[in-house]
Formats: sequence, structure tokens, C-alpha cells
Amino acid sequence: MRRTRTPGSGPDHGHYPASDPGSAHAHGHVSFLARVLTAGALVLAVAGTAAAQAKLLNVSYDPTRELYKEVNEVFAKQWKEKTGQTLQIDQSHGGSGSQARSVIDGLEADVVTLALAYDIDAIAEKAKLLPAGWQDRLPSRSSPYISTIVFLVRKGNPKKILDWDDLVRPGVQVITANPKTSGAARWAYLAAWGYERKKGGDEAAARDFVQRLYKNVPVMDTGARGSTNTFVQRGIGDVLLSWENEAILAVRELGPDKLEIVAPSLSILAEPPVAWIDRNTAKHGTQALAKAYLEFLYTERGQEIAAKHYYRPRLESVAKKHAGVFPQVKLFTIEEMFGSWHEAHAKHFADGGIFDSIFQPGK
Amino acid sequence: MSGTSRPRSSRARPFLIAAALLFLVLFLVVPMGVVFASAFGKGIGWYLRSIRNPETLHALRLTLAVVAFALPINVAFGVAAAWALARFRFPGRSLILTCLDLPFTVSPVVAGMIFIILCGSNNALGGWFAAHGVKIIFALPGIVLATLFVTSSYVARELIPLLEAQGRDEEEAALSLGASGWQMFRRVALPNMRWGLLYGVVLLNARAMGEFGAVSVVSGHIRGRTNTLPLQVEILYNEYDFAGAFAVASLLALLAVATLIAKSVVEHWSARRGAPVAPAPMATAAVRRMAE
Repeated sequence: MRRTRTPGSGPDHGHYPASDPGSAHAHGHVSFLARVLTAGALVLAVAGTAAAQAKLLNVSYDPTRELYKEVNEVFAKQWKEKTGQTLQIDQSHGGSGSQARSVIDGLEADVVTLALAYDIDAIAEKAKLLPAGWQDRLPSRSSPYISTIVFLVRKGNPKKILDWDDLVRPGVQVITANPKTSGAARWAYLAAWGYERKKGGDEAAARDFVQRLYKNVPVMDTGARGSTNTFVQRGIGDVLLSWENEAILAVRELGPDKLEIVAPSLSILAEPPVAWIDRNTAKHGTQALAKAYLEFLYTERGQEIAAKHYYRPRLESVAKKHAGVFPQVKLFTIEEMFGSWHEAHAKHFADGGIFDSIFQPGK
Repeated sequence: MSGTSRPRSSRARPFLIAAALLFLVLFLVVPMGVVFASAFGKGIGWYLRSIRNPETLHALRLTLAVVAFALPINVAFGVAAAWALARFRFPGRSLILTCLDLPFTVSPVVAGMIFIILCGSNNALGGWFAAHGVKIIFALPGIVLATLFVTSSYVARELIPLLEAQGRDEEEAALSLGASGWQMFRRVALPNMRWGLLYGVVLLNARAMGEFGAVSVVSGHIRGRTNTLPLQVEILYNEYDFAGAFAVASLLALLAVATLIAKSVVEHWSARRGAPVAPAPMATAAVRRMAE
């Protein structure tokens, strides 16, 4: 009981140890404890007083760190020029599913910029923090930029991995994150499924195909960035199923002498959506700010930044300018193959879904 | 007996020393060396820039703030619990002893999740807190709670065997010489448990600063807000800033070294003030002081 109460009452705790017979009066321990506590309280006080400016919390998925760092800087500058208000934009990153979970559990995001629509649906359904029709509030079904899933292989492509069929060959190690928590991993799973179906396979064939694929997965991280590091830094695996932007970034950061990108013949059109969280923005008084922030992503400047970080821009003019960066891949949408994210999730990723039945860890 | 065993042990000695040294070098010195070598991998300028990064500085302040709460609370709790459990026999005592092991045996991730389940906004308690504008999880209180949980047993677990081994003779002697309970505690019991307490504090402090799993679950990972030093290390590593990640890791290592130095200083200082380390003379000294 004591524990649940203590931190809430915060700095008051200066008195606690002194009144407890367990703490030491002898040898000046009390004054030491008091000093430590005062220091702690000061840190808290300083942290608390810094709130005299507008604040925005963007809860995002794993690989968008660099993208939003730049977006935040540019947008904050524009906002300051327009309104005179100083902005402090905080970022939080993790696997898309686990980030949605945190928002449901009370992480007070003003805006969420996640990997797939289902995760925002979950926030709308489970915590009722935003209306179910959130996806129609912004253009392009609330996805300001798009991406896809490509293969990242070691330099020279020693295992000759050219298309999805090569991933299920025995002896090929595939790195991908856990579809239960990672957005990229869910897109990758659906891309593999869709590939087999488009090739003419029926449901059973597709199921067999992804099962064989996941048999080749030795490590599953919770988020895209984790699996990128597993592949790139720890040198595990022959091929990484990766966000296109993450793959291009890894090649640029770590050297084209080590890695190369393979574009499969067919992949999925990934639409990472954005939304403001009505209940939290109302609480913080940030409705207008949150909306302006997300709308900025659709402006030419916002699209330029997205393209710079290897997300495919929606705006035709910007897309044309950067066309050379992105490999040519034939893309199918989740709607044409699976109906909707809802259906895809219920069938494949929900507890007891197809993913659970085909993937038994350790086998 | 000793005549036959001596030569054998002296023959074994170099091997044992070499083995211990080799182990030390392989598993302590080399990894620490790697941390510092990697930290300075891009030069001292990069190192300083990494340390002075506002997010890193905030993580440092947050980590110290968490320790500032966790340390006194858990020292007080640990001493009180150890005293009660070692000196008194009461129903439910062994149950409490078992519970004291929970923080060691429960995975830190589970420890973090306990607080998400308790204080998440989807249940009564968390909803009540949210309605009253009190943030528990994804804020400092949650991080402190998770740290309190994982570090709650260090001091008690150090002290209980010590108190039981020492027995209560000296304390009873003090009481029979007319000391009040509080005087006895301050002048006899506390000096007797000093070394165990100090060690418990060092362990507690190290764990509180270094805790990753439980804190990661409740932190919310907001940069420059709710990231402690260990979380900041992971973030920098994940952002391909390896020199930066190791620079921050070296900061954590330096904090640990500072703790050990502080411990040695306290030991040295206590010894110079004439409080002998061996329990028996210390007790007589204490009783003598009492009698004066």
C-alpha cells in the first residue's frame, strides 16, 4: 500500500526516512538522505516548471525516428513564425503494436503516427480515444507517405535471393520482427501471403508458403529497428524483410560495400497512417496544433522531408523528383487482397489466428 | 595435517591465482575496456558531444532522480524489514521472507507489467488517477515504482543473515545496561549492521541506476522526458550512433565506479574513526560507550 501511494505524493518524502526508525541517525546518514531527497525534489521541480510552452507528443513506430526529428524541427520553426509560440515536440518510438498498446494504457499521445491502420483502430476501439472514422479525416486515408517491404541482403547476394520463393529454400535464414508487435513484420507477412496468392496458389498453398518462410526465421525482435540491428550489427541471417525506407537508410548509414537491396517482383503497398488523439488533445488543449502538425506532412515541404528519409511521397510533383531513389516494385493493396486491415488482422494476427497456428517458437 | 597440505596448496596457488586473474580480465576488464574504447572510438570531441546531448543529460538527471527516491525508501524499508524478520518470530514470518525473494525471482518485464495493469488507464485505479490528473505510468512515478519494486529486497537480504549471525546478545547487554530501545538501535544495532547495510546500499544503487526491463515497460520511451540512461543507451545504439551509445554506457560505468569509490571512502573513514570492523571488539566498544 505504501508503494502505490509514495511517488504520487512526490517531494513530500523528505520526511519519510527521518521518521522511520529503520533509517540511520548515527554517522550523519540522515543529512545525507535529506540531501539526496532534496536533490530529487529539485530535479522534479525543474522538470515541472518547463511547461510554459506548447507541447506535443508524437507516439510513432520504430523506423521513423530520423524522419520525425527533422519534421519536428521544421514544423516548430514554421509554427513559431506563424503564431509566435515556442513548440516542444516529444517523440516516442517502438514497435507499432506495442506503441498502440501504450497509448491504450495511458501514454498521452497528442498524435500517433503508426505503421498500419489496425493499430490506430485498436486505440479507437479499446480505449475510445478517437472516433472510429478517424481514417477519413485526412487525405489519402490518413497516410501522408507510403512505403513497401523489400529485401536487404549481404553484399554480392551470396545466397542468390531474388524473390519471395527464395526465402523458403532450406538453409536460408530470414530476419523479420514479430508480427504481433511490429508493423513492418505484419506488412511483410501479408506481402508473402499475397505473393503466393497472386502466383495462383490457393489459401492452403499460401498458408504452407508462409509457414515454410517462418521456419527459416531464427530471431524475432519486437520492432523493425531491432531486427535491422540483428541483421546488420550482429550479422545474423541471410536476408532481412525490411521497410523500404529502413533498408535504404541502413545501406546509406552502414555502407553499400556491406549490404544491398533486392526488390522482389511483387510486394505490398504499405500505408502508414497518422491521426490526432481527440481525448488527449482536448485534455492538453492541443487540437489545432495536432491537426496542423499532421497536415504539415501533406505539404510540399513535409513531402520533401518524407522523401529525404526514403518514404515514398504521395504528392505527384515530389514523387517524380525522387523517383530514382525507389526501386521499381509492383505493389498490391491490402484492400484488394485481404478486404481491410480489420479482416486481415482477425484472420492472421489475432490470438488463435493463422500466424499463431503456423509459428511455433523453437520448431 | 597442515604440514602435508601446505606444499600441495602452494603448488596449486599459482594456478588458482592465474585462473582467477584470467577470469577477471576476460569477463570484467576486457568488456569494460571495450566500453571505454568504443566510447572514444570517434574521438574525445564526439564523446563530449554525446554526453552533452540534451536528451542524454536529461536521462542522467532522471536516473539520479529515480535513485534519489528509490535509495532512501528502500534502505528504510530494508532495515525495518530485516530487523523485524531477524529479531522477532511471528505468524506469517516465513511468508514475508518468501515474498522478499519475489523481486529477485520475478522477471523485470513482469515487474513493469504489474504497474501497467495496476495503473493503466483502463482500470479503476488507473482511471481514478487519470481523472485526477495524476500520471503514474509513462511518467516519473511509474519509473520510480518499477525501480522500487526491483530493488526492494537488496538491503533486507543483505542484513537478515548478518543480524541472525550476530545474535542479540550485545543488544540485550545494552538494554540491560539501561539503554532505551532507540539508543540501543542507534548505538549498537546500527553500527553492527553497518557493513552489510553499506553493501546492500551499493547493490541497490547499482540496480536502481542500471534497471532496464521494468523501466522500459513503464517508461513510454519519450525522448528527453522518460528515458533513463540504460534506455538512452539502447536508443542511441538503435540509431546507428554506436560511439554515442557507448559514451552513455561509459557514463553509467563511471557512475558505478563512483558508487564503489564512495563505499571505499565511507569504509576508510569509519575505520579511521576507530570503529573496528570485527564484530566482537566493536560490541565491547559500543557497550563501553554506552556505559560511560
